Amino acid sequence: MFTFPDHAPFDSTTRSALSPLLAGMDSSQRAWLSGFLASAATPAVSGVDTAAEELMVLYGTESGNCEILADRALKAARGLGFRARMRNMSDVKLDELSGMKRLWVIVSTWGDGEPPETSAGFYRDLMTRDVSLAGVSYSICALGDTSYEKFCQTGKDIDKRLEELGASRVLDRQDCDVDFDEPFGQWLGQALAIWSPQRVSAQAVVDVSPKTAYGKKNPYPAELVESVYLNGEGSAKETLHLEFDIDGAGMSYEPGDVLAVFPHNAPDVVEDLLKASRLQGDEMVQVKNAGEKPLAKALRENYDITALSRSVLTKLQEATGSEDLRRLLTDEAKDELKAYMAGREILDAIHDFVPSGLSADALAGIFRKLPPRLYSIASSPLAHPGQVHLTVAAVRYQSHGRERKGVCSTYLADRVQVGDRVPVFIQQNKNFRLPADGETPIIMVGPGTGIAPFRAFVEHRAALGCKGKNWLFMGDQRYLYDFLYQLEWQDHLKSGILNRLDVAFSRDQPEKVYVQHRLLEQGAEIYEWLKNGACLYVCGDAARMAVDVNDALVSIIQTHGQMDRDAALEQIEELKKAKRYQRDVY
Amino acid sequence: MSEKTKLSANEEIKIRSNFLRGTIAEGLSDLSTGSLSADDQQLLKFHGSYQQDDRDLRAARRKHKLEKAYSFMIRVRVPGGVATPTQWLEVDRMADQFANGTIKLTTRQAFQLHGVIKSNLKRTIREINQAAMDTIAACGDVNRNVMCNPNPHLSGIHADVINVAQAISDHLTPQTRAYHEIWLDGEKLESSQEEVETIYGKTYLPRKFKITVAIPPSNDVDIYANCLSFIAVVENDELVGFNVAVGGGMGSTHNNEKTYPRLADVIGFCTVDQAVDVAEKVVLVQRDFGDRTDRKHARFKYTVDDRGPEWILAKLNEYLGYDLGPVRPFEFTHNGDRYGWVEDANGNSHLTLFIQGGRVIDTAEYPLRSGLREIAKVHQGDFRLTANQNLMIANISPATRSVIEEILERYGIKNSHEKSALRLHSLACVALPTCGLSLAEAERYLPDLITELEEVLEEHGLRHDAITIRMTGCPNGCARPYIAEIAFVGRAPGRYNVYLGGGFAGQRLAKLYRESVPADEIKALLEPLIVHYARERKTDERFGDFCIRAGYVNETLQGRDFHQNIKAEALKATAPH
Repeated sequence: MFTFPDHAPFDSTTRSALSPLLAGMDSSQRAWLSGFLASAATPAVSGVDTAAEELMVLYGTESGNCEILADRALKAARGLGFRARMRNMSDVKLDELSGMKRLWVIVSTWGDGEPPETSAGFYRDLMTRDVSLAGVSYSICALGDTSYEKFCQTGKDIDKRLEELGASRVLDRQDCDVDFDEPFGQWLGQALAIWSPQRVSAQAVVDVSPKTAYGKKNPYPAELVESVYLNGEGSAKETLHLEFDIDGAGMSYEPGDVLAVFPHNAPDVVEDLLKASRLQGDEMVQVKNAGEKPLAKALRENYDITALSRSVLTKLQEATGSEDLRRLLTDEAKDELKAYMAGREILDAIHDFVPSGLSADALAGIFRKLPPRLYSIASSPLAHPGQVHLTVAAVRYQSHGRERKGVCSTYLADRVQVGDRVPVFIQQNKNFRLPADGETPIIMVGPGTGIAPFRAFVEHRAALGCKGKNWLFMGDQRYLYDFLYQLEWQDHLKSGILNRLDVAFSRDQPEKVYVQHRLLEQGAEIYEWLKNGACLYVCGDAARMAVDVNDALVSIIQTHGQMDRDAALEQIEELKKAKRYQRDVY
Repeated sequence: MSEKTKLSANEEIKIRSNFLRGTIAEGLSDLSTGSLSADDQQLLKFHGSYQQDDRDLRAARRKHKLEKAYSFMIRVRVPGGVATPTQWLEVDRMADQFANGTIKLTTRQAFQLHGVIKSNLKRTIREINQAAMDTIAACGDVNRNVMCNPNPHLSGIHADVINVAQAISDHLTPQTRAYHEIWLDGEKLESSQEEVETIYGKTYLPRKFKITVAIPPSNDVDIYANCLSFIAVVENDELVGFNVAVGGGMGSTHNNEKTYPRLADVIGFCTVDQAVDVAEKVVLVQRDFGDRTDRKHARFKYTVDDRGPEWILAKLNEYLGYDLGPVRPFEFTHNGDRYGWVEDANGNSHLTLFIQGGRVIDTAEYPLRSGLREIAKVHQGDFRLTANQNLMIANISPATRSVIEEILERYGIKNSHEKSALRLHSLACVALPTCGLSLAEAERYLPDLITELEEVLEEHGLRHDAITIRMTGCPNGCARPYIAEIAFVGRAPGRYNVYLGGGFAGQRLAKLYRESVPADEIKALLEPLIVHYARERKTDERFGDFCIRAGYVNETLQGRDFHQNIKAEALKATAPH
């Protein structure tokens, strides 16, 4: 059955009538319905000629969030009578922008200030080519994560560049943190109001996110039914295989999709923070959308109490008036700030700048909302109906003399027991999809937990009886202990669904051996597969692995295609455009 | 009868193998699994490696969606146990880079590396060869590492004897190119027609074959437990030849009385020049007359026992084309090592260190491996692995002695042999967790058991009285238990058969004293005997001799007598069979 949150504006009769209907729908049906209802809810304005009022919603997306938001913006605009279109940066040519009257840009930032993978070509064009965008009015909504140094960098870059090319900014850019629904809603309301003040008040479309399906605002409490370590005794790693029961929740997913998990913070981290702040934890604080609760509980459940960012430090400075912090936050101290934040968490900042502690309200005021963590799904819904599986590496390390741990990974590893329920929702990832044609061969590169979606891919293709060949490259630290899902791969090889398996284990020999080395060893054959139409997928670490694998790929195409580097790069771009080179990297 | 004449499965594997190639090369390149095929595992032994798995981890692996923790043991052949400092450093390096960080000195004077995973197997074997050592025929149905006494007192004689050991080893090394092809990227032969295996032929021997060279009065190599031994005869400080002993062996199977350990018979004498020829012809006799239908009856000791030593001698003389001479007088007084420093006539020093269980390993309290590495960096002589899993640092020049002494002091190795004489005369095989055959602990348990027994010995003033004590995890006998004065052979986890009455010089077989004794009852079982021995032994009477005189066990005369005359109370233990 479908459970409405308490604040849903329905009486019990309506609830019981809607509930079974909604439960029977899959997520795309629900998404469509929510958009439809959202636009239908806005009263159509008659008597105003809007036919000529063109609007382009241009989006660039990595995880699919911007696409969802662009779709909401599109529907809201159409609801107000705009002749609106929605375009993915991956499909749009820069020249198409000149002559546009109205432009909305919704774009996210990844890793170290990078544009989304599929938008990279457009972004490069925009940054390097000179086209006149005079006459274009625009506004930008940027998505990002304040815990990264280059927060919303792509949005900022595009904003600046559009202005340089002559476009006029009609509304200040909105930068959204991971909890983007509300700021996006505000931006959309204001943006609509600017172009159509007579038709809309800024508040009217604030709440455009769907509330009726399980999603970010309304996660499904999925029961953990299995949790096993994938590393053998003797390993330095701690990788978990987790199975959640989503049977009957009406949540559907495809291989490549992502499961978002809402964690709680660790009690000892909360404890340390309270101690550093010289607080007890029983002080009552007001938590947005969650009412009043004891500080300790809020720290555990509601706030991001670890990720250090300029934004958090700024609020801490404002709350405490720390002179040291003020200096650190000046433009001149930029590098110093960066160095300070590296490897540190909020706890360190409180230790270092507010040794005498602060009030409960002041402390609560510096945090952002605890965001969900995203994990590539490791199961095929066809192979495991009613379940969703994850492959999660528990993150633990030391820095600046303290033990650190990943919030969600250690939440899942240490504190969630089989039988417990964890709030989750599915997020689509249309940029990481199996080829529609089951005959198409695929090459998968997934070291470490990057293996997750490929477990789903192979299971899915097996279940569908796809004839296309499957080649997997995987790796980790040690063969004996870290060969994730080894028995399953052996079964897949035996059954013939997996055609080739190449492994790279970095710490088994004096030299480090990684997947890119295996790719290079098999270069001729990889090139042959690509020539025969293979799709290539990469999942895992973005900072190094994905870069090294990409370099290996360029070198393979260059060597075996007998072309120069530029031509090889061109080929890579072609592969990306044709969705034959897809990446899910983080 | 047809079953009797059917060749054993391993014979078929050898025939199919194309001179030991099998599909090892293909198996090595499949990294979806850390194991090789069953047939290739058998063939791999000829190349000096056993596939094993960590038995401690077996239960949990499947839960982690992992196969068994497969790895390989690599046995490095060191004829006579003599290795250069450079070779020591290379083995030490490989122990870290490819194995489990330890070096095992074996009871056959070989190095063993444990825990080498499949993806590193080829590279490790290649690097062993680059260090001028090899692994071929370290295991398998061929002649294994040729052992030799490292006696430093007669360094001139040792040099002569080690040359003979090396010559025998070289002569009996399999000729197949398979080893070079698989491990050393040697050129592939066009066809197997070109392979010549002059001595062995394509089915090699029916079973493993073990050769030693001994220098009396030390029987450290345990000539009575080997297939073929050459006992050096020294007259007027000169090596004049060897007495030849045949048909010793240890292995047996629980609950199978057709299997038994057997002492070698000394059948004749040969000159130094004849030794290699004699070795070859004895091997040929076994090749031609050994039992290829039953691997439990295939060792040379059964050929000798079934046909009689006289028949063997006659056949050997026929193969040689001349007759062995009559046996010359010889005497063995012990089979243990002599620890500590000795100086030879040339002024060089030799130091024998006690290595518990032959395991060269660093612990926080005892950084043995690091210390030996430091010594290897400065040592100009050689290292000699003893047949008792110990280590001699040999031919230390007067100039380096003080440097080495300083290192020994610094790493706490100087007093390695300040232990009870019982411990210094102990021997244990590897057993759990890696050996696939073991039924019980050995190397990991014997040191603790000795600690328990030491309490009794100390109390009764026997700390300095040598008693040979050996433990194996299974009845195959790698640590030569059946000729020890006290022996423990694994029956089941935590249970051992206890044997007593072996000869102090390895010259007599032991007899079953109690069957399947729980480990925690061993001390109580042996305490009264030790007390009795302390009180009533005669002058210089050995513990093994005493056990027979006092009637704890009957004397075992020869292999066929091993399962006979066992006292009724020995079988009383209520053990699971």
